[in-house]
Amino acid sequence: MNDMPTPASIGLSREDLPNSYIGRSVPRPNVPKLVQGRATYTDDVAVPRLVHAAFLRSPHAHARIVAIDTAAAAKVPGVVRVFTGADLAKVCDPWVATLEHLKGMKSAPQYPLPLERATWQGEPVVAVVADSRAAAEDGVAALAVEWEPLAAQLDMETALDPGAVVIHPALGDNLVFTRTAEKGDVAAAFASAHKVVEATFVTGRHTGVTLEARSILADYNRAEGTLTVHHSTQAPHMMQGVFAKQLRMEEGAVRVICKDVGGSFGIKVHVYPDEVAVAAMARIMGRPVKFVADRFESFVSDIHARDHRIKGRIAVDAEGKILGFDIDDRTGIGPYSVYPRTSAIEGNQVVNLCGGPYDFANYRCTTTVVFQNKTPTCQYRAVGHPIATAVTEGLVDLAAEALGMDPIEIRRRNLIRDDAYPYTSPPGMRFEGLSHHAALAKLLEMVPVERIRADQAEQRRRGVHRGLGFASFIELTNPSPFMYGIGGARISAQDGATVRMDPDGSVVVLSGVTEQGQGTDGILRQIVAHGVGVPVERVKVITGDTQTTPYGGGTWACRGAGIGGEAALQSAIALKQQILQVAGTMLQAAPGSLDIVMGEVVERETGRARMPLGELGRIVYFRGDTLPKDLARELVQTRHFITKEYPFAFTNGIQASWVEVDVETGIVKLLEHWCVEDCGRVINPLLVDEQVRGGIVQGLGGALYEHCVYDEQGNLLTTTMADYLVPMSAEMPEMHVGHVETPTNESLLGAKGAGEAGTAGAPAALMNAINDALRPLGARVTEQPFTPARILAALGRI
Amino acid sequence: MKWPAFAYERASTLQDVWRLRAEHGEGARLVAGGQTLLATLAFRLSEPSVLVDITRIEALRGVTVQGSTLRIGALTRHAELGRDPLVARHAPLLAEAVPYIAHPAIRNRGTIGGSLAYADPAAELPACVVALDATLVLASPAGERRVAAREFFTGLLETALKPDELIAAVEVPAATPASRSAIVEVARRSGDYAMAGLAASLSLGADGRVSAPRLVYFGVGNGPVLAAGASAALEGKALDAGAIAAAQAALARDIDPPSDLHGPPEMKRHLARVLTARALSRFLPAAEAAS
Amino acid sequence: MSTRHDITLTVNGERVTRLVEARRHLIDFLRLDLGLTGSHAGCEHGVCGACTVRVDGEIVRGCLVLAASLDGAEVTTIEGLSDSGEVADLQDAFVARNAAQCGFCTPGMVMAAADILRHHPDATRAEIREHLSGNYCRCTGYQAIVDAVESTLTARKEGVR
Repeated sequence: MNDMPTPASIGLSREDLPNSYIGRSVPRPNVPKLVQGRATYTDDVAVPRLVHAAFLRSPHAHARIVAIDTAAAAKVPGVVRVFTGADLAKVCDPWVATLEHLKGMKSAPQYPLPLERATWQGEPVVAVVADSRAAAEDGVAALAVEWEPLAAQLDMETALDPGAVVIHPALGDNLVFTRTAEKGDVAAAFASAHKVVEATFVTGRHTGVTLEARSILADYNRAEGTLTVHHSTQAPHMMQGVFAKQLRMEEGAVRVICKDVGGSFGIKVHVYPDEVAVAAMARIMGRPVKFVADRFESFVSDIHARDHRIKGRIAVDAEGKILGFDIDDRTGIGPYSVYPRTSAIEGNQVVNLCGGPYDFANYRCTTTVVFQNKTPTCQYRAVGHPIATAVTEGLVDLAAEALGMDPIEIRRRNLIRDDAYPYTSPPGMRFEGLSHHAALAKLLEMVPVERIRADQAEQRRRGVHRGLGFASFIELTNPSPFMYGIGGARISAQDGATVRMDPDGSVVVLSGVTEQGQGTDGILRQIVAHGVGVPVERVKVITGDTQTTPYGGGTWACRGAGIGGEAALQSAIALKQQILQVAGTMLQAAPGSLDIVMGEVVERETGRARMPLGELGRIVYFRGDTLPKDLARELVQTRHFITKEYPFAFTNGIQASWVEVDVETGIVKLLEHWCVEDCGRVINPLLVDEQVRGGIVQGLGGALYEHCVYDEQGNLLTTTMADYLVPMSAEMPEMHVGHVETPTNESLLGAKGAGEAGTAGAPAALMNAINDALRPLGARVTEQPFTPARILAALGRI
Repeated sequence: MKWPAFAYERASTLQDVWRLRAEHGEGARLVAGGQTLLATLAFRLSEPSVLVDITRIEALRGVTVQGSTLRIGALTRHAELGRDPLVARHAPLLAEAVPYIAHPAIRNRGTIGGSLAYADPAAELPACVVALDATLVLASPAGERRVAAREFFTGLLETALKPDELIAAVEVPAATPASRSAIVEVARRSGDYAMAGLAASLSLGADGRVSAPRLVYFGVGNGPVLAAGASAALEGKALDAGAIAAAQAALARDIDPPSDLHGPPEMKRHLARVLTARALSRFLPAAEAAS
Repeated sequence: MSTRHDITLTVNGERVTRLVEARRHLIDFLRLDLGLTGSHAGCEHGVCGACTVRVDGEIVRGCLVLAASLDGAEVTTIEGLSDSGEVADLQDAFVARNAAQCGFCTPGMVMAAADILRHHPDATRAEIREHLSGNYCRCTGYQAIVDAVESTLTARKEGVR
């Protein structure tokens, strides 16, 4: 009975068992309410005495706040109160976003509302609280702020030059962080190479555009001394700690609740000054204050990402063997590193991930992270991955072209062998087990390459230019404390789950990971149903409440299934064992001779039903007098899980993109897209597949459309959804998703993350496809987004 | 953002409009479908004191044919334009333009009068009515006056509408068997405003020669641009590759595009040339025979 | 000049009378005055489609409609559409195909998809994509949504035979 469970012993690979839900496409339990409009997002929460906040945001990229006149605003009908930075600083401390393990990193203290200077256009400066959002905006319109515009540092390329505007004079310069990873002898490798090719890549600054904007409702109860925050966040426990620390409260006095969250993608895992301001205002006013960002302020205040310029070189020998990569990355992150994850991670990831799928010896990569007067950047879906993948795969395709080699062949010759693991990459990433060659083989089963190449040749004769592009990638998932914890951030890499059985035999799981649409609730339900032995319909999942769920990190960096799922599985197995102990006593049988199948205690050998769980529950909860006095009868178990052997569970995959480029208009038509990925054990193919597709579309969006464009004064020009173009249904391709499964041995479940794979590889695959189409015309694009103007310019047509 | 505070009045007749305008002066703005006005109010860039709802004024409704003229009431919604049999028969260019205008939910509210009055330089309908040599019927307390569409659009978001006028209807010369028209555009995504577009109308005689060509570009200037040179290059010519090339060459002097978020002026010039060929190629004998 | 208006209209089959501010758009009216929070404000400038509802039988952007203009109108929201059972099969298909992830776009998407079922029973995948092209979804790849609509159209046609 107390044998250590193994994947085989709990039937993880078997779909023939009655309640073997792991690996099955079970519909999510929370979708019916979504399709009927019965969800509860933060803006749907109704509380008495609610007031609404709106912010005056800086109209300048960099300006001194000379004076703030609030008198007229205070008189606007409906306005309750006006707060400046000085008002909030009385109850709220500033924060500084650095991590100790990122050597030399620096940033400046950030207040919820700045005291002296605004440092980006869109920074919240003054808050107005009123009895409606409309009235609060009327109040904002009546504020009079006297500004002294200052010279702004906008261009990241000149941010470290003599004469640059030093955004935080106390820091001495605009350098946030720099790191070089070096392995082997790069100079010698490049000197002796058969071919060296180089290119400069640009990834466009873009942002998350969650359809539900950032939303928060904070309520301070003076009688209890408690702060309750309804928050659209990915990490409720982290935010509990942040609110407590910044507002000088005990963590236990702060409760963060997130019910339904309308998308996150990393946007909602950061500390935003306007949201902390709302908590501070609630603390001061002793009443609930709500703030829901409108779309215009989302564009200037949600974190941006991906603003990188990368110069890369690749060296290959005559057989196409990669000898080395030499890469220089620069990124501008805005005026502050974002708390608490910091804004140096994306550049750091570029250093960690370039060349990732390949077996090569010589590597040099430098990232230089600088301040600038634009919206802060920070972690957004697939942090650093699309950048590193575009550079790596762009260079590999260039090398293949220089060698006259097929792009599939050069990958086959260089991808890390499937039997090479464990493997440590040149920048020091440790891979437990990847499947590049199996994934490539699977992809080639799915993509009709010969037919496509024949069509391509035929179309070219008719003046139609189609292209096929590939991109292998690795993805970092299941992060350990090596990601943030060792740097001093209170960001939990472990996660917990409590599983209990109620009197009717139904099961409840409370988990520290959270749901923003990924399907967390769905997979936890499957895992627990599988682990305990009940129908999925008998499991209820509760997430998103710091007061009731075990402490955990939330959902980010693809950890929900791998970390939270494993905690739930361990708890479920423990609960099952406990139930069987009780059942054994009741039935006068050895617990080891019993099992639970579809909510019934059965004889393990024969499957004969002995007792429904509802009957067991009835006795335990209502007729405990009939049980032996010393019988342990707590039908509840909690387990926490953290990875221990590897800092990260890497996954891998490969994508292919098939496009048609209208060489007269520069418009790219997406014809078809394929992705094979290996996220370890697939818990629910239905969920994984569409999540991969969503990730692909997000990657395609960044590569084709999405771009935060600034003017020369540092004003964001793309502040509406008519200007900032997101991918829509008419232009998106049909996508085919396949899987290779290499479970991690770190956990019983064996699951790794799947949510970022699509985004990691899609831009590179698309870039290579476009360039494949353009190659006969001698044109090439490496600057995202690949707009018609850039494609026409590359073609020499404009 | 939330809309700024304003008042709302509903006009049931044109007389109501004149009265409300007299009462509120410049602070009054007319609202029909509201698909542009209400979207822009969310930017709080203008603060009208009162919105006058004209959607229930019967005189502004309806699609009729009088002789050889198709009259389209200003309140005709895009969706109605797209499915009206009279429009399809007598002004097929307008029907063809409708699917390019935003998305179904917008087309269910937005009106032709509103689109013309707002005069977005990248919008389809202003270019179409110029291409069709339509006449706008403008009503005011003093009565009606008629303005040729080509003279109606006077500048960036500016029209010949006087403060006391509104668009009552559009009058389009009904298509004849010789009429040809096409709308083509390049947009990043379906339903977006065009990076460049062309509404073209001409007559093809039995001898295959072009008469009354009107090539009207949108998204390339301050409003719909009737390309005089390119149009003239086609007049009287047999439509063939040479004529199309001549029109493309003449276009250089017709348009002077601004740069925008999508790209530089040269990109728009290039796209306009490409669209010229794409639109006119549809009327080549071989293409017509094939369709 | 009045900045508040008494309006009486039918919402999801029920007659309601409210005093509304002239500057109230239909979505805030539904959400704040009637408590119908299924309709969402995603951009409030007419682009994202999250606020799609029916007015007098046709889909509109709720954020681009003045509540004050709706005296006498008939409005159907996702709540009413669901309760009517009109698209129960479509909603089942959304569930079966995981065509909703975070769900914020979903009510508007279902309203727009219901429009396809009513007006375009023979829509192809490309036409489905085109009809939904004004409804932004950040989570799915749109493919599951198109699948759900397509399978519902197919099932209805087969049911008719």
